[in-house]
Amino acid sequence: MGYKAKFRVWRGDAGAGALMDYEVEVNEGEVVLDVLHRLQATQANDLAIRWNCKAGKCGSCSMEINGRPRLGCMTRMSIFEESEVVTVTPMRTFPVIRDLVTDVSFNYAKAREIPSFTPDPSVGLGEFRMQQIDVERSQEFRKCIECFLCQDTCHAIRDHEENETAFAGPRFHMRIAELEMHPADTADRRSIAQDDFGLGLCNITKCCTEVCPEHIKITDNALIPMKERVAGRKYDPLVWLGSKIGLARPPKETPKVPGPTK
Amino acid sequence: MTDFAGYGGATPHDPPSVDRYTYDVVVIGAGGSGLRAAIEARLRGKKTAIISKSLFGKAHTVMAEGGCAASMGNANPNDNWQVHYRDTMRGGKFLNNWRMAELHAKEAPERVWELEAWGALFDRTPEGKISQRNFGGHTYPRLAHVGDRTGLEMIRTLQQKVVAMQQADAVELGDPEAMIKVFAETTITRLVTAPGSGGDDVIAGAFGYLRDTGRFVLFEAPAVVLATGGIGKTFKVTSNSWEYTGDGHSLALLARATLLNMEFVQFHPTGMVWPPSVRGLLVTESVRGDGGVLRNSEGKRFMFDYVPDVFRAQYAETEEEGDRWYTDPDNNRRPPELLPRDEVARAINSEIKAGRGSPHGGVFLDIASRRSPEYILSRLPSMHHQFKELADVDITAEPMEIGPTCHYVMGGVEVDPDTGATLLPGLFAVGEVSGGMHGSNRLGGNSLSDLLVFGRRAGAGAADYHSGLGSSIPAVPSAAVEAAEAEALAPLDRDGGESPYALHAELQQMMNDLVGLIRRESEMKAALSSLAELRVRYASVAAPGGRAYNPGWHLALDLRNMLLIAECIAMAALERQESRGGHTRDDFPEMSPEWRKLNLVLSMDGPEHVSLRRQPLVPMREDLLELFDKGELEKYMTDDELTGLPAASEGSH
Repeated sequence: MGYKAKFRVWRGDAGAGALMDYEVEVNEGEVVLDVLHRLQATQANDLAIRWNCKAGKCGSCSMEINGRPRLGCMTRMSIFEESEVVTVTPMRTFPVIRDLVTDVSFNYAKAREIPSFTPDPSVGLGEFRMQQIDVERSQEFRKCIECFLCQDTCHAIRDHEENETAFAGPRFHMRIAELEMHPADTADRRSIAQDDFGLGLCNITKCCTEVCPEHIKITDNALIPMKERVAGRKYDPLVWLGSKIGLARPPKETPKVPGPTK
Repeated sequence: MTDFAGYGGATPHDPPSVDRYTYDVVVIGAGGSGLRAAIEARLRGKKTAIISKSLFGKAHTVMAEGGCAASMGNANPNDNWQVHYRDTMRGGKFLNNWRMAELHAKEAPERVWELEAWGALFDRTPEGKISQRNFGGHTYPRLAHVGDRTGLEMIRTLQQKVVAMQQADAVELGDPEAMIKVFAETTITRLVTAPGSGGDDVIAGAFGYLRDTGRFVLFEAPAVVLATGGIGKTFKVTSNSWEYTGDGHSLALLARATLLNMEFVQFHPTGMVWPPSVRGLLVTESVRGDGGVLRNSEGKRFMFDYVPDVFRAQYAETEEEGDRWYTDPDNNRRPPELLPRDEVARAINSEIKAGRGSPHGGVFLDIASRRSPEYILSRLPSMHHQFKELADVDITAEPMEIGPTCHYVMGGVEVDPDTGATLLPGLFAVGEVSGGMHGSNRLGGNSLSDLLVFGRRAGAGAADYHSGLGSSIPAVPSAAVEAAEAEALAPLDRDGGESPYALHAELQQMMNDLVGLIRRESEMKAALSSLAELRVRYASVAAPGGRAYNPGWHLALDLRNMLLIAECIAMAALERQESRGGHTRDDFPEMSPEWRKLNLVLSMDGPEHVSLRRQPLVPMREDLLELFDKGELEKYMTDDELTGLPAASEGSH
């Protein structure tokens, strides 16, 4: 049942590194993370891998397997031919810490810039009333396990480091959409979605949706509807005219949250 | 071939150096309980650090599936804290710390509603309230949930609340991390104590390392909250994640706090059994709550044969009655598949041992023949995904194969119920690392609510303790820091010793074989002598490579904790000569009222030696006793305890 698989694993750190060849035993039903663990336990004790639950629920073991962003714990070995070389590399978009582990702090910094959930303060504990159909839209986005594979694959930052300040990436455009669609939220993040988080740089190639291990329809259900809301806010002629002649009050805009001032 | 082992970062030969931070409150652990504690401490004005062994938002809480128990009464208006309290005490076989169970039942609804005010989106009832689902041992549908990914919703909400507080600090103080900061991928290896103003030792700080660089870090803080979760990685077949290495249990013990009832380990009845690489992975109890049933190889719903006397009155006797209960719970009794977890796990084990198991050594969990594919997909999307992706099983079309898996430890650090304070001043404990709340067996859904209720209380307890200290903050003794550094570096400095991976695998197999679901004296004694031998070998564990992100080194350090906790479990399991909840003795199969009056307390009485003593349980407060029929109490209590009961309790329910 078992066989020896050929693995090519990137080893190194921010300074330098190289692909190293290994032969590792594989048993029935195993996933790539199992094989990497066996490699670690038997041949490379200090092989750096980030992982937690090994159940596809925590989003820690993000890596690139034969060039495709994937979770190691959800990639069955049965998708490869026994003779195939399996190449495992760290996520390319983020700086390497060591071996397969990358520095994903970019994502946590972006998360902190997005204005948080802002409920009506007059609603008391236990008094929220929301219909299932209304919470479902944001619930889909809250399935996100923050594996950051969508961030890794998005060419707007993968191939353009210079965009990192202007572009939050699909994970955080989706977070903005989630808050905008939250039935009990009162803030308005439409302007900053475009101006501060670079939603306009997304050209809906759907790469993020393709790699999402939770199968969230990021592009169709979050990014495109969010683009429509931004367009409505910015370019709808009736909204523009109404605000010019004072018939409609411009919506209260929520500013981006400042970072450290030091 | 170029050898990149040990490439980069500090090597063991760099001059030792320690980054120092000063905080009012340090919370070790960033799951549900740790985050809730940290939020509370920050809300009370304390400068708070959150130490996370993983990245922020990845803690084991994400794996909780079914829901969070709180008697909001949204699904059944008859529910209230008293019913929840009774269910919790029954589930724990009346060994629970009754004050904790009381606080938990009373405060859980507010804690859930609070999450909603912080942005959580639970599933809804038709009236737009939070939906509640059925679970084992709960009289009414009680679990607030989001499909079967409730833990993820909870940890994300708490994570985002921390971020919201940081955003407010960024605006007000110019620095988001001025008052609350997360130290991600940081492991604490020692609590540091110092003589307090009264002369006895008190908490002075915590020592550890940053995983990415391997640099040491010292938190100087007079109040430390342990929120480190459980011990599951001590066993081979477990639903627990990488982090569950008993760190907090061990840190507390080594700092001279005490552990309670470590013999009570919950084996969840439904873990995956195939393929081998996912053996132990959790299959949520919601499958049964939503209509799934257990069958043996003969197709029989065997749970009807395993209803114990103490629960006979509350469970259906026929399949027909059990099936009617889902739609008419007021006039029918619940199916026995929804007995507390310890009962179901033992029953499954018996069926497998009797040769009526499934092909891969489990039994069948069948929801496909009982509910429509649409219903299954909407209620159990993660389970569908998990089986489809990892086992090639479509749960809408075929039964699952499942078996018991190590899931939760009821035992833990002995705490004050109201504040989470341990016996070591300045040290608090909350969530799975604390003991008492769940008695001998935890009900499903009572963990997420436990994290919230006692997270808030421990955060408040730590903040109040800090305020009470005034200016008398204990200083960290430098000798303690040097000793902690030397201890942490030892595995890196050794050449050619034992592999930490091999030693860990041996420990897990041994614990699975000898201290698992069913226990006997000879096996526990064998376990203890095996542990003595493993401890000797541990002294020569070597981690090749450098300090930068070196998992072999990390495991070598975690092994100290697992070995210590394994010993505590085996010692307590050998001592308790009865079967109760998460402790089943083949040689003492009955539950004993005499043993119910006793907690087993573990402490260190030397640098290496764990000792055990019996400590009487505090008798339940009278008004709480009155919530039960005398007839029910007779099943648990001694005659002496019963003669003191007030007459009013006769037939009050």
